[in-house]
Amino acid sequence: MGSLLRVSAALKQGQITPTELCQKCLSLIKKTKFLNAYITVSEEVALKQAEESEKRYKNGQSLGDLDGIPIAVKDNFSTSGIETTCASNMLKGYVPPYNATVVQKLLDQGALLMGKTNLDEFAMGSGSTDGVFGPVKNPWSYSKQYREKRKQNPHSESGDSDWLITGGSSGGSAAAVSAFTCYAALGSDTGGSTRNPAAHCGLVGFKPSYGLVSRHGLIPLVNSMDVPGILTRCVDDAAMVLGVLAGHDPKDSTTVHDPINKPLVLSSLADVSKLCIGIPKEYLVPELSSEIQSLWSRAADLFESEGAKVIEVSLPHTSYSIVCYHVLCTSEVASNMARFDGLQYGHRCDIDVSTEAMYAATRREGFNDVVRGRILSGNFFLLKENYENYFVKAQKVRRLIANDFVNAFNSGVDVLLTPTTLSEAVPYLEFIKEDNRTRSAQDDIFTQAVNMAGLPAVSIPIALSNQGLPIGLQFIGRAFYDQQLLTVAKWFEKQVQFPVIQLQELMDDCSAILENEKLASVSLKQ
Amino acid sequence: MAAPMLRWGCRGRRWALAWVDGGSCHRRGAPTGSTSNRIRGQSSLAQQPLRTAQKPRKGEHKWAAVVGLEIHAQISSNSKLFSGSQVRFSAPPNSLVSFFDASLPGTLPVLNRRCVEAAVMTGLALNCHINKKSLFDRKHYFYADLPAGYQITQQRLPIAVNGSLTYGISAGKERGQVIPKTVRVKQIQLEQDSGKSLHDDLRSQTLVDLNRAGVGLLEVVLEPDLSCGEEAATAVRELQLILQALGTSQANMAEGQLRVDANVSVHHPGEPLGVRTEVKNLNSIRFLAKAIDYEIQRQISELENGGEILNETRSFHEKLGCTVSMRDKEAKQDYRFMPEPNLPPLLLYDATSLPTDADPQQVINIDQIREMLPELPSVTRERLVQQYGMLPEHSFTLLVFEELWKREGKTPGQIVSEKQLELMQDRGALEQFCYSVMKDHPQVVMDVKKGNPRAINKLIGLVRKATLNRADPAMIKEILEKQLSL
Repeated sequence: MGSLLRVSAALKQGQITPTELCQKCLSLIKKTKFLNAYITVSEEVALKQAEESEKRYKNGQSLGDLDGIPIAVKDNFSTSGIETTCASNMLKGYVPPYNATVVQKLLDQGALLMGKTNLDEFAMGSGSTDGVFGPVKNPWSYSKQYREKRKQNPHSESGDSDWLITGGSSGGSAAAVSAFTCYAALGSDTGGSTRNPAAHCGLVGFKPSYGLVSRHGLIPLVNSMDVPGILTRCVDDAAMVLGVLAGHDPKDSTTVHDPINKPLVLSSLADVSKLCIGIPKEYLVPELSSEIQSLWSRAADLFESEGAKVIEVSLPHTSYSIVCYHVLCTSEVASNMARFDGLQYGHRCDIDVSTEAMYAATRREGFNDVVRGRILSGNFFLLKENYENYFVKAQKVRRLIANDFVNAFNSGVDVLLTPTTLSEAVPYLEFIKEDNRTRSAQDDIFTQAVNMAGLPAVSIPIALSNQGLPIGLQFIGRAFYDQQLLTVAKWFEKQVQFPVIQLQELMDDCSAILENEKLASVSLKQ
Repeated sequence: MAAPMLRWGCRGRRWALAWVDGGSCHRRGAPTGSTSNRIRGQSSLAQQPLRTAQKPRKGEHKWAAVVGLEIHAQISSNSKLFSGSQVRFSAPPNSLVSFFDASLPGTLPVLNRRCVEAAVMTGLALNCHINKKSLFDRKHYFYADLPAGYQITQQRLPIAVNGSLTYGISAGKERGQVIPKTVRVKQIQLEQDSGKSLHDDLRSQTLVDLNRAGVGLLEVVLEPDLSCGEEAATAVRELQLILQALGTSQANMAEGQLRVDANVSVHHPGEPLGVRTEVKNLNSIRFLAKAIDYEIQRQISELENGGEILNETRSFHEKLGCTVSMRDKEAKQDYRFMPEPNLPPLLLYDATSLPTDADPQQVINIDQIREMLPELPSVTRERLVQQYGMLPEHSFTLLVFEELWKREGKTPGQIVSEKQLELMQDRGALEQFCYSVMKDHPQVVMDVKKGNPRAINKLIGLVRKATLNRADPAMIKEILEKQLSL
């Protein structure tokens, strides 16, 4: 069931048809509805696409490895004819007239669009808990691995009230892939929004180099840092999808020409003796859980024992990066959200006393307080009297942070190895004890400097924690060395053999519940 | 102070004279031509003259006016500055709107090559330094005709800077004398036009048409080297001709392709500059001159009566011929300028810096553009005067029908002689004209001999008419005086 490439081979060999595969995934989506991973399930669209894919396979004219493969797309990507909400009241009911370039590329390869996944409103958050459609539940909350560990704990509560967060903001995409409802999903990554939920959900979460993949149609958070992200269950799958998505887009002036080989097939590293792994010392922070610290250390040892050179490096401006990120992020947010005024599309309030009153009410009703907070902060930093001291200063610090990475790579390091998150996924009730801003500042600590430097990075699941929950580690590469980065990640993945999530019990429970409901409804009819 | 506009509508090149009869600012003497270091957007309150503390005495001190202009010219291109939708005048509302123009979330700007070329051409024609690297910025404000909530412009580093615009003012009573004047061009920047709002007061609603939203504009900023309405009007007229000759803008004010805002202040020469006001909504050259002169007078009156000038925006009321305060725009806007993150820096090349493997479709070569510049109006006028002996003022009013040439294969020289536009060089023939005019108007001759100083002007006028305006008035006067034995 697991890998995209394997099921693709099965499709090509006729072992399964696209329609069967589609039905299977649709059924799983229904079964896992309580995860709240999907905002929109595009059942009809997917089935139609499956039908067309089937025709192509019958005629021996399949489009490639993605033909007939169910995928999901985060709901901040524009999809033609399918509601795109960004999990916000502001865009409830907004149906775009065009596809994001990355969506179009997937569709052109015959992928089946299962639906639009849930997120934090406008991708602002690190828990996927702050969207208007409610929070996303981490499938690992219901895994055998986690439940068994929990039973051993006499203080654990029963019931569903202590389910775990997925991380964010691409939590819906992560949950969708993790629960087997699709084989790959698009997320977005501005400060870690693809890598963070990947780590919490036991997935590969890949952030490409800035400029490698088109942002046309990705509803922006921070234009200078956003990238489309890829969530899959293994590295080869991510590489394959990257091969489809990467490339210059005339509609996005920030994409580069001829950056990578297509199609992207990763070689298997025979050995890592020529590799140099860098460990940034500033990333060893007190808040890091001892479990993750230990796993990080063991990973470094693994590389060393297999012949790689492992050295400590310094990224001296690390401690400034959260504040710098905050200034630049909120400033761009304030600007990007200015278009949401209720005039052309999206939510419009009922007040029509004056244009100004209409703007104010529309934006108050349309945005949650996280979004409004960032807009206010951003506008403050952009005021004439503050611009030099905040925005310009932050850009200068950003340059220093980016240079830290350049220096590290220039000193002979091929790839940096760091944690992805401070801890494993926490229960929702615990997560919401702190506000969004606090959480984001904490959770983005290992991931956001990468966005500021525009580098490629990937989170790979390494092992289960003592509680049976996934932990991921992050690899960071040089700009546009995405293929090399993924090659190293693939080697590492093979070494650690991360276990597959066991959700069978959950599925059986669900089927039983569904069966009971059916019987009940039948008896009522009589 | 009306300017006789001699304009014939045609598809060919047009030259026109903005020739004001005895412009008042020039009778008073040379304008101060004071330079201003004021940065656009800043209030000049700090530079308010000290004299407002004392009560000024009316009419005692000379006043000088300082006028700066911000001119927006719509670029003549097939599509908009950052999107592929068409540029057309008078299309059905909202029929030329792309997803980007409507600010649909997720859409991105893509720079239009033709618009960049137009900016470079205009910059070269105005003797500007073309910046090989220029940047785009966002200028934020909320308005119904600005869908994204910001305009993409070039605030930090525009495409062209430090140029000059030379125009000709007809001076004094002597006709045919044209004094060249220069106004410095501070910068030229590329920016987006906004949509249009139509206020329907009957139904208390505003209708928004986005056809114009995103059309490319060239903003030409002139330093405050101008000192009155006539100078401003003439300078704008010359700019119009240049833009039309280049083909970079049709610059038709009536169709909104050229819009001018004027910054006006007054001060006593030698003293600090006064508070300035901005005058907007000027949609013809005539109103531009009128509005500026009115505003200058208004400010002088205000100050002479002990009042003070507010740093505000005013609009020109055509029917009343005066400027009125636009109270609702009084609050100072902070535009929160921010670099446009979706557009990398714009890099231009010249012959020396052009990379050898460059794709010609992807680069712009300034030298190549310079080589292809058409003849500019000032050059053409000079050529007509030198080559064909035309009167300078006729070089302004010459109308050349491009179609006429094409159809009949004539050169300008042939047309000039056919239409009898060249200067009458034959003194003998002119003497004949003078003699016959005097013979036909004995009463006027009597008046001259009686000592009436204006009578000779009448004679000169009659001779000019007889010679179809081909004779040099100075020569006519000389001949008449000789013949009258004055």
